[in-house]
Amino acid sequence: MSPSTFFVEHRAEILEATLAHLSLVVVAMLIAVAIGVPLGMFVVQRPALRNIALGIASVFQTIPSLALFGFLIPIPFIGGIGRRTAIVALVLYALLPILRNTYVGLSSIDPAVLQAAEAMGMTNAQILCRVRFPLALAFILAGIRTATIITIGVATIAAAIGAGGLGTFIFRGVAMVSDAVILAGAIPAAVLAIVADILLGWLERRLRVA
Amino acid sequence: MNSKTAPEIQATIQFRNVTYSIDRSHSGSQSRAIVDDISFDVSHGETLILLGRSGSGKTTLLRLINNLVVPTGGQVVVEGRATSQWDPIRLRRNIGYVIQEAGLFPHFTVAQNVGLVPTLEGWDSTRISSRTAEMLLLVGLDPGEFAARRPHELSGGQRQRVGVARALAADPPILLMDEPFGALDPVTRAELQREFSALARRLGKTIVFVTHDVREALLLGSRIVLLQSGRIVATAPPDQFLQIEQPEVRAFAASLVPVPGASA
Repeated sequence: MSPSTFFVEHRAEILEATLAHLSLVVVAMLIAVAIGVPLGMFVVQRPALRNIALGIASVFQTIPSLALFGFLIPIPFIGGIGRRTAIVALVLYALLPILRNTYVGLSSIDPAVLQAAEAMGMTNAQILCRVRFPLALAFILAGIRTATIITIGVATIAAAIGAGGLGTFIFRGVAMVSDAVILAGAIPAAVLAIVADILLGWLERRLRVA
Repeated sequence: MNSKTAPEIQATIQFRNVTYSIDRSHSGSQSRAIVDDISFDVSHGETLILLGRSGSGKTTLLRLINNLVVPTGGQVVVEGRATSQWDPIRLRRNIGYVIQEAGLFPHFTVAQNVGLVPTLEGWDSTRISSRTAEMLLLVGLDPGEFAARRPHELSGGQRQRVGVARALAADPPILLMDEPFGALDPVTRAELQREFSALARRLGKTIVFVTHDVREALLLGSRIVLLQSGRIVATAPPDQFLQIEQPEVRAFAASLVPVPGASA
């Protein structure tokens, strides 16, 4: 069967898998941003904590994704088979780029600007919210963009632990030795990644301060 | 002026045996004094120049005034109260600060930069915008043309003017200036120096101005304090400064020798 016939015949199923995939990515990214950005803001002035946090996040990044999914299955509460485990693994992967870019963005601001802010009587909270954070925003967004693209890719493997998504087609296609079935998963995943890259890249450029 | 705690003199800023040293005991060497037992007063409305070479302690001295640096010995008294007794935020909002390269916020417009302290102080928006426009006019920038621009759309001289406007916006009685014109080309620098000295006289602010440029010191100061290795080596009004027979003063005077062929 040619890929195009397969696409047409299974369009409803492909669309459903794409939406399931997208929802995995979106949920995982929301959680990763909610953890990574505040954590980055918290550790920026605490070098010891920063090294620990970045160290742990880097370790997760080095674990092959299939292995990480496997490791999580036996863990109570967060583990098991299905979406929840997959989301936990995706969050762990997304954390490093977000955390690192938040930290780098917050710490690479012109010292003269920070000195002026302090000298004009801004409190530490005001400096963080009104100066450091807005100036770091483009950096932080670049981290979110990288993390999103990684997550879209890694999420295909989540099908191996029964989380659904576009990986379902890829695994099925490998088992059936059918290029058409593999492409039914791979092409939408690639399109998702490209669209996410373009949209987030556009947002990043809009937020960049000359 | 409140004079409750400073009955004898009306000094706006007083340094009383101030020492600031960096503790380097962990690296095996002795602690090093950046500022070494310094005492002097800055009277109301004067422009005091802190002159010295790089590393003479002049910038540290300036930063001791608004509590960005805390003395390790002695005390700095601002408007009758030791800086350790001030809430640092209140103290700093009471003191304008201008630095080299201006330190403008790149994500703010010119108007937002100038209006920062009034905004922090909770002024209402109409008062902030009229004050901002007034300040821009004061430093020679047309508010209509410049208010909405970002700092990167300005020349170095314009940025520095905005820096001065920002420091003056909340009408602080004291102004600290750390080589504010140091990064400008000579022509723009001379222009800003002339305008600034007129402005300083008109506004009646108490100004402490750090520079390594003796020409600038002579032009702008009502009094010059010369620093060397964290100590004061000479104090004099500009018209008497160059007559002092002290090696460091002579060294600075020598830097004034005109270039052969120059008419002045």
